[in-house]
Amino acid sequence: MLHRFANPTRFLRLAAAMQPWMAALTGVMLAFGLYFGLFDSPGDYQQGESVRIMYVHVPSAWMALLCYTALAGSCAVSLIWKHPLADVAARATAPIGAWFTFLALVTGSLWGKPMWGTWWVWDARLTSVLILFFLYLGYMALDNAFDDPGRGARASSILALVGFVNVPIIKFSVDWWNTLHQPASVIKMGGSAIHPSMLMPLLLMGVGFTSYYFWVLLIRIRGEICANKVRSLRLRQVHEQPSADDLSEEAS
Amino acid sequence: MDTLLTFLNMGGYGDFIWPAYVIVTIVLAGLLISSRRFVKAAEAELGSIKQPHQRGRREVGDET
Amino acid sequence: MKRKHKRLTFAGIAMLLLATAAALILSAFEDSIVFFYSPTELAKQKPGPDLRLRIGGLVEEGSVVKPGGAIVSFRVTDMRNVIAVRYKGILPDLFREGQGVVAEGRLQNGVFQADEVLAKHDENYMPPEVADALRESGQWKGKDMETEQ
Repeated sequence: MLHRFANPTRFLRLAAAMQPWMAALTGVMLAFGLYFGLFDSPGDYQQGESVRIMYVHVPSAWMALLCYTALAGSCAVSLIWKHPLADVAARATAPIGAWFTFLALVTGSLWGKPMWGTWWVWDARLTSVLILFFLYLGYMALDNAFDDPGRGARASSILALVGFVNVPIIKFSVDWWNTLHQPASVIKMGGSAIHPSMLMPLLLMGVGFTSYYFWVLLIRIRGEICANKVRSLRLRQVHEQPSADDLSEEAS
Repeated sequence: MDTLLTFLNMGGYGDFIWPAYVIVTIVLAGLLISSRRFVKAAEAELGSIKQPHQRGRREVGDET
Repeated sequence: MKRKHKRLTFAGIAMLLLATAAALILSAFEDSIVFFYSPTELAKQKPGPDLRLRIGGLVEEGSVVKPGGAIVSFRVTDMRNVIAVRYKGILPDLFREGQGVVAEGRLQNGVFQADEVLAKHDENYMPPEVADALRESGQWKGKDMETEQ
């Protein structure tokens, strides 16, 4: 199953075919999500209109965790099975996940100020999400720190896998410890604690953010595959004697 | 006009809601655009070193 | 094939050890990870007057008094124990009786002198009409905050 997509050429063809569908799904979902979220949903009985920040904050936080899970999964496949596409997928996912984490932190801050009365507190949920952000940055820094891309991928993959312990900590921090952040609303025992009129825009935005992730992921994977080819071709050129042809090419 | 202002005011929380939506829009649009530029630059570079004699020809998978 | 299996086993054992280590560390530092104490925990611990800490619970119904000059006094309850709080400053929008609150300050002569008050909300989201309907029909779940665990 995995080896069917191992071939980058076949993957590129599949990616090119899927891209417009992902773009369309993202556009439709976000359009409906924003319409319901901003125009056609009620304010909250406690939080009033400020609840609308939820429709961008919560999907961003979901994606931050989903992207990290995808990153750690790709890194595991890359380390254990040495799958060439896994490396590429990990490197393509990291910046997307880092930006989603950034958005979750910023929109959460903008929601926390009017509701809790503070931009930031060092409770278990907020702190663990900040650590997630630093894990993304550390992964990307380490990945680019080595001259040999193979060694960089190995070191950064190990970091990403070690950092995965943070994902369940983020998810359950609100249940394990007293936090200022409230417990989970959508997935909880005895059904969701969000009224359907608010759950609908939230889920629409969630699907939209997910398809946005896959859309940008496909684009970035194509770029990474291309960049890999460029790197190996350049390496081969360095080893070969420069021909007269190549020299004239340089001059032109 | 009044209804627009009421809408933008968001029950007094407009100062927090709109920056949140604006920053999400900027980041997601920016990431999409920069990812596209990244692919195009990589594909152009690949094309230029792969076929130095046929610069004008397009690479396979260049159809963005 | 053999090397792959070796790597897989190694990675599996490493992750297991890592998870165990994380669990041990987190449980060892439990006290510093906890963001606030409930009135019951506070009654057990009896902290000194110079120790800065946070308390959390529900603002007791009918306990909020504003004598003027931005001074507020109220009582925080976890339904078992109650603690009196005095605070001078601006209250967050969500601060109201029956709602969750977290206050930071010092416990002096049995009164918690707070210099910061934050509101804590629960995980329920619904339109005001639905909340009213639930209250009227007596289906209000009333489980607003979990301070006791």
